[in-house]
Amino acid sequence: MTTTLSNRLLQRWLLGLLLAVPLWLLAYAGLDTFATAVIGLLGLTRATPLGEALHFFFYDTPKVLLLLTGIVFLMGVVQTFFAPERTRALLAGKRLGVGNVLAASLGIVTPFCSCSAVPLFIGFLSAGVPLGITFSFLIAAPMVNEVALVMLFGMFGWKVALLYLGLGLLVAIVSGLVIGQLRMERFLEDWVQKIARSDAMHAPDEALNWTQRFDAGGRHVREIVGKVWPWVIAGIALGAGIHGYVPEDFMAAIMGRDAWWSVPAAVLLGVPMYTNAAGIIPIVEALIGKGAALGTVLAFMMSVIALSAPEMIILRKVLKPRLIATFAGVVASGIVLVGFVFNAVL
Amino acid sequence: MKVTIYGPGCARCQKTAEIVQHTLEARGLPVELEKVSDYAAIAAAGVMATPGVALDGKLVSTGKLPTAAEVEAWLG
Repeated sequence: MTTTLSNRLLQRWLLGLLLAVPLWLLAYAGLDTFATAVIGLLGLTRATPLGEALHFFFYDTPKVLLLLTGIVFLMGVVQTFFAPERTRALLAGKRLGVGNVLAASLGIVTPFCSCSAVPLFIGFLSAGVPLGITFSFLIAAPMVNEVALVMLFGMFGWKVALLYLGLGLLVAIVSGLVIGQLRMERFLEDWVQKIARSDAMHAPDEALNWTQRFDAGGRHVREIVGKVWPWVIAGIALGAGIHGYVPEDFMAAIMGRDAWWSVPAAVLLGVPMYTNAAGIIPIVEALIGKGAALGTVLAFMMSVIALSAPEMIILRKVLKPRLIATFAGVVASGIVLVGFVFNAVL
Repeated sequence: MKVTIYGPGCARCQKTAEIVQHTLEARGLPVELEKVSDYAAIAAAGVMATPGVALDGKLVSTGKLPTAAEVEAWLG
């Protein structure tokens, strides 16, 4: 690529961002005005159930989509600094403890898709990343992702998002430590154990320029937001219905904080469910308005995202049943504890 | 030109294969497409993020859907 061309492309990105950022801020500031205007045009007010439901929908849908677009773009750019190869190099040979903290944190910023969980798992182990540290990464990467955090921030505010971030990391760090201490290397599938520590060949370590990083951000938005927007709309529509029509305290009896068994039940219920945070969080937010306890609901979310049946099936290719069971058991216990702590504290 | 796509057969891998094949053929290059979906083989090739792409045995991309411009750039 010639320098003038790449300069022109970069200028186009910078100019585009210069226009997009103020527009984004303006739109974000005008969300409530917009929603109120829409229901006003329909001759409704928030005092009626239908008006309340529609206001919820027309306020939260654009809000969440705006947040998602902005944050996912930023994450797409950030992720260009953290290729899996680089993360692996940072983690190789680290000791348990420090390594687990580092692995869980890197899990947030390293691009990860559950479809490449297995190659990544093997890539880490073969480069000398200890098993427990690899697990910390593997637990944190899907659970603490930007979509879940944005949805939580959008629907509950920054405190809950931060709490989810902290506790998600904690579950990943502690679970990895426990698995590391149990020394379960022999419960890896035999062919995985045989893969010698190899200096596997690397993808070319191309030095990216800023145009390519912005391109990656744009691509990330198309991939992620392009995939989750129907879930967001469906989730918010359902949440809006619950807001407007389900009686107050409806959920208190089954998901309230007095029903202690609801936390483990929520975690169990979450395992076979495989959906993304985008669809589940608006529904969850609406349920909390009807008396469900936050800890129970967060435990449910973590379980849905971190412990999914399809992921277990994928991991079965590299882990023997005993290690899978340990992994699921340790993570599930961690999540149940988080749920109890939340319900007790808040 | 031999094109190897590493991936468990997910939608992204399928799409990657299409983009690479389409771009190369538009350049008039004959394409021999090989898909590797065995996890051991994917790992052995050093691919940690799927889809991975190799041209004539040389790994050129991992973990993303390449654009036509990027495919062109691999050819040099």
